[in-house]
Amino acid sequence: MTSGLAPVLGEAQRAPGAGFKPVPLWMRILRGSLHLWRVRIGLTLAALVVLLALIGPALAPHSASAFAGIPFAGPSAQAPLGTDALGRDVLSRVLDGGRTVVWMSLAAASFGMVLGTFFALVAGSSRPLVDDAIMRMMDVLLALPVIIFTILFISLLGPKDWLVVLLVGIAHTPQVARTARGVTVEVMQRDFVRAAQALGVARRQILIGEVLPNIITPLAVEFGLRIVWSIAAIAALSFLGYGIQPPAADWGLMINENRTGLATQPWAVIAPVLCIAAFAFAVNLVTEGLARTVAGVDRSTRS
Amino acid sequence: MDDATVLAAGAETIPREAETAGRHRSRWILRRGLFGLFTLLVISILIFFATHVLPGNAAQAILGHTATPARVHQLERQLGLDRSILAQYWTWLSNAVRGHFGSSLAANEPVTTLIGSPLVNTLVLLGLTALIAVPVSLAVGVLAATRQNGPLDAGISAVSITLAALPEFVIGIVLVTLFATQVLKLLPSVALIPPGQDPLSSGTAMILPVATLTLAVIPYLSRLVRGSMIDVLGSEYVTMARLKGLRPRTILVRHVLRNALVPAIQGTALSLAYLLGGVVTIEYLFAYPGLGSALIAAAGERDVPVIQAICLIFAAGYVIFNMIADLLTIYVTPRLRTQ
Repeated sequence: MTSGLAPVLGEAQRAPGAGFKPVPLWMRILRGSLHLWRVRIGLTLAALVVLLALIGPALAPHSASAFAGIPFAGPSAQAPLGTDALGRDVLSRVLDGGRTVVWMSLAAASFGMVLGTFFALVAGSSRPLVDDAIMRMMDVLLALPVIIFTILFISLLGPKDWLVVLLVGIAHTPQVARTARGVTVEVMQRDFVRAAQALGVARRQILIGEVLPNIITPLAVEFGLRIVWSIAAIAALSFLGYGIQPPAADWGLMINENRTGLATQPWAVIAPVLCIAAFAFAVNLVTEGLARTVAGVDRSTRS
Repeated sequence: MDDATVLAAGAETIPREAETAGRHRSRWILRRGLFGLFTLLVISILIFFATHVLPGNAAQAILGHTATPARVHQLERQLGLDRSILAQYWTWLSNAVRGHFGSSLAANEPVTTLIGSPLVNTLVLLGLTALIAVPVSLAVGVLAATRQNGPLDAGISAVSITLAALPEFVIGIVLVTLFATQVLKLLPSVALIPPGQDPLSSGTAMILPVATLTLAVIPYLSRLVRGSMIDVLGSEYVTMARLKGLRPRTILVRHVLRNALVPAIQGTALSLAYLLGGVVTIEYLFAYPGLGSALIAAAGERDVPVIQAICLIFAAGYVIFNMIADLLTIYVTPRLRTQ
């Protein structure tokens, strides 16, 4: 019964004047945002960094742990970006060191989104007492900055990739929950949710079938923000020695390993810095464009 | 005041109204304070149990893996690790409240003396950052808002999107490359300050760490100022002032700035709370002897009492900055005092 209802109720979500074939809101926002140059540039740059991280290891001229010359040698035919603190080829290590930052930041952001959205949906559709209890616990978690929360546990449990992903994800949960709860409460008061409630549709089905599709755009913007923050947190943890362990190659780790040679062989630091900066900048550009489009669509549907 | 006053206060007389507003406000502040304490209590439980329930025994950590089980047991008794976990938590918490965090496992010194001067150094770093970041963010935010959608606004927006995306330590590395090693060799790339020395007297050493944190926080704060400025600029009373023919400068100073400052005040305290996270990597990068560096060092040695104390101080800092933000906001917004 409920599956037959969903499309009918779904009509209420669509903006008037969308023509014969109603286009879902998120589709319109996606299309709208693709008109923005910042989104195009951001998507291209992000795709390039992810591509570099994925196929980089296959392109590397040397092994990431092989010695290619004396420590901190300048660029040469052998090593186009010079060598690092131990004499390994910088270019090969840059090509090999992207996967960890890319997958860990995407995984941590996704985990935080799932957890935060779950708490938000439960809180936003519960009695005020339960709602308050959940959101106050989220506020409490905010008191430990991401980096300190992660260091506290990593220093006791040891640096493991999956643990870093879990901890950074958990640390992002309160922020996601705050954003998602706000929009959940708003959607819960709309007529189509009231109608579904009156028809006795189960809470879980209302949340998944009616609420979630209607908060997907603010969640997409939040996801972008969380990726940017996760890149920063995961790169910083590697830089501090709490992420990827040597001798593996990783952009954050490389910055720390080679910063003593900044005066003689800057490429060993500049190359990974540029990679991290490009990735974070690209995701932020896309997020920014998406947020602008969402705000624009909101304004046009409200007025 | 008794219950009768509360009932009477409902009457619509102006002094009475002010009285209830005051009562509401103090009750609100009390609730806010209690929630702050509750936050710290939960965080203290989290920190304590994380450091005790998780694998890795403090006695074993001190003695190393070669220690005999008998020796480990003896030290466990000395450290009180054989008592129940609740008894241990109670002892730790009641000592922590009085400022006693036990002895460092690595340095054999009381934690309080060990982290005293790093705490001061970190506060100096944060204070200097706020001192520079707040006026600059205000200026940038006002400039961007008054020239909304113009080339200057677009330029500021592009710079802040870039800066906001970069991890703090990446900004720091770029500054070191530009000003301390490759391009110009003007400033020291480390901020080593001997213990007990006033960081303010160390001259140029503080410039790069403060600049890094300032650049990390300006995008957030200036954007906040810009947003609230634009809201106020579009409000009816500003239109009214314009229609009255007031000079733009008068409108800006008397009507816009005063109201736009409210979120900026809250934003300042919140960005200080946000900076608490950034401080860790920046202190490590510049070898600045603050709480962040002390935390990294203690974590490397699994020096549990020091880790506990520093994490608790960071959480307390967050709670305090947030409470200041809320208090300032209700004192400058009359409407909120009664809510």
